[in-house]
Amino acid sequence: MASVFDQERAAMSAARVDLLLISQMVERGARVLDVGCGDGELLRLLSETRDVDARGIELSQRGVNDCVAKGLFVIQGDADTDLADYPDDAFDYVILSQTLQATRQPRRVLEQMLRIGRRAIVSFPNFGHWRIRWQLATRGRMPVTKNLSYSWYDTPNIHFCTIRDFVATTEEINAHIERAVALDSAGQPMRFSAPWWVWNMFGEQAVFVLERGR
Amino acid sequence: MSSSEAASDLRLREVDAPQSQVAHFGADQPLSMDAGVDLSPFTIAYQTYGTLNADKSNAVLICHALTGDQHVANVHPVTGKPGWWEIMVGPGKPIDTDRYFVICSNVLGGCMGTTGPASINPATGRPWGLDLPVVTIRDMVRAQAMLIDRLGIDQLFCVAGGSMGGMQVLQWAASYPQRVFSAMPIAAAARHSSQNIAFHEVGRQAVMADPDWRAGRYFDHGVRPLKGLAVARMAAHITYLSDEALQRKFGRKLQNRAAPTFSFDADFQIESYLRHQGSSFVARFDANSYLYVTRAMDYFDIAEDYGSLAKAFKGTRTRFCVVSFTSDWLFPTSESRAVVHALNAGGAAVSFVEVDTDKGHDAFLLDEPDLLAATRGFLDSAARARGLMGAAR
Repeated sequence: MASVFDQERAAMSAARVDLLLISQMVERGARVLDVGCGDGELLRLLSETRDVDARGIELSQRGVNDCVAKGLFVIQGDADTDLADYPDDAFDYVILSQTLQATRQPRRVLEQMLRIGRRAIVSFPNFGHWRIRWQLATRGRMPVTKNLSYSWYDTPNIHFCTIRDFVATTEEINAHIERAVALDSAGQPMRFSAPWWVWNMFGEQAVFVLERGR
Repeated sequence: MSSSEAASDLRLREVDAPQSQVAHFGADQPLSMDAGVDLSPFTIAYQTYGTLNADKSNAVLICHALTGDQHVANVHPVTGKPGWWEIMVGPGKPIDTDRYFVICSNVLGGCMGTTGPASINPATGRPWGLDLPVVTIRDMVRAQAMLIDRLGIDQLFCVAGGSMGGMQVLQWAASYPQRVFSAMPIAAAARHSSQNIAFHEVGRQAVMADPDWRAGRYFDHGVRPLKGLAVARMAAHITYLSDEALQRKFGRKLQNRAAPTFSFDADFQIESYLRHQGSSFVARFDANSYLYVTRAMDYFDIAEDYGSLAKAFKGTRTRFCVVSFTSDWLFPTSESRAVVHALNAGGAAVSFVEVDTDKGHDAFLLDEPDLLAATRGFLDSAARARGLMGAAR
C-alpha cells in the first residue's frame, strides 16, 4: 500500500519532492516565511495541510501576481536585500527552497534567515553529486544535468555548493543543524544513515533544518 | 440655455439635493476636524450596492479619488456616463455586489452632496466658500466612520480605493484598525510627495488666478472660474498618464488637419484632448472643492502623525493588499513599497503587487487583468477567513 507521502507526491503538479518533505518538517500552526516562493506551491501546501500562517517573498512579478490571485500573502522582493527589513524572531520558520544558489550573498542570506526566524529550512542542489563530478572530470565542461539544465552563460545559479560546503558554512555562521536529509536521484530521502561523504556523493538534493547556535 | 450651462445647473442641484442617499449629522453629532474646529451640522451623500447580511459582516467601503465621487457603479447623474469603477464593482465583478454590500460616500469637501465649500453654510444661508475649515484626509475618514456607525456596521469587511482613495484606506487602517478586516490601498502613498504638492499648487494657482474666482466668492457674483479650473485639470491630467501612453495614443498626430496652422489653435491631438478634459471637468466640479480636496492630499503624512509609518500600523490585524503600477510616476512603486516595509516590520499580513502597465496612475481605473485578479484573489481569501458564505464560488 502506498504511503501518504507517496500519494501526496503523486498528486503534486511539479517534480518538487523537496516541497513535500519541507512541508512535513514544519510544525502545525507555525508562522512561516517562504523566500523565493515562486507561484506559491509550497505556501499553498503549507496553508492547506499544516494550517500555518504563511507569507512569501518572490522576485518575479508574475509569481507574485499568481500568488496574490490565489489568496496568498506574498510581496515582491529580493532575498538578498529585503530580509533586512524584517524584525528579529518574526517567524517560526524561514524557508529557502532551491534558491540559495541563486542569491548574491548566500552566507548573508542564511544569517538573515536565522535572525528573523527561529529555524531556517534550506533546500539546494548538491554540486558534489557523483554525476556532476563525473561530467566535469571526463568532459572538462560545466555540468548540465536533468535538474540543473542551464548552460554556464545563462544560469541563474551563481553560487553552487556541495553538501560538505554547506555544512562547513553552517559552522562558520554558528548555526546548529537540527536535521538534514539528502534526496537521491529518484527524489527519495536516503533512508540509511551515512557519513557526510556518502551523502555528498549520492545525494542529488539536500534539505537542512538549521537553528541558531547556542 | 447651452448644454454646459445645463450641466452646471445640474451640478448645483447635486451639491444640496444630490441624487444619492444622504445622512445628516445635526448639532448633537459634530465632526471634530484637524483644523481644530467642530463642523456642525454636516451631510454625507453616499451610494450603496448589494445587500448587507444579517450579521453586517460583508460591507465594503470604497474610497474615491480626488475628482471622483460616490457614483461607483451607477450612471452618473450629471455626466450620464457609467460609474467610475464599474470594471471592478458590480454583480460577478471582483468586488462582487452579489456577495458584498458596497458603500461609497462623497468625501468631505466634495461637491456631490457631502458638505463642501459649495454647500450652504447654515449660519449664513450662503455657500461656505473659503469659510469652510480646511479638510484633511483624516477628517474625511472620521466623517466616513460616522456614516458607518449610522449604518450600524461595526467592522468593514474591506476598505478599498485608488490614489486619494488609497490614502483614505491607509488612514482607516491606522485610525480604526479593529474596524477594518482587510484593506486595499491602490496606487497610493502614506504621504504626499513634494513633487505632488507642487503639481497641486500649480492647479490651485490656476484657479485663483482666474478673475472669476473672486477670492472664492464667485457664487455671490453669478460667475465661476471655469478657465482656471480647466487649466488645473489639464495640468493634473498629464500627471495621471505616462509619457509612453501619451506617445502611443497621440504621438505628434494633428487634430483634424493636414498641416500645422501656424497659430495657437489646438493643432495637436494631445492639445485637443486636454482641452476636452478641462472643459468636461468644469461642468461637474466646483473650483473651491478642488482647492480643498487637493489641500487635504497635500497635508497627508501618516508617518508624521504617528511618529513613524511602522508605529502607525503596529499590532494591526488587518489583512492588506497593496498595489502599484510600473508606469505611475505620481504615486510610484517606491511609495507603496515604503508602506509594505512598514507593515512587514509590524508582522502584518500583507501582499504587494506591482502591475506592469504603461497606462500610468490612471491604470487603477482601467481594465488591468492583474489588478482585477489580485483583487478577486485577495477578497476571496479574506472572505474565507471572515467566514462569509459563498466565498468559494
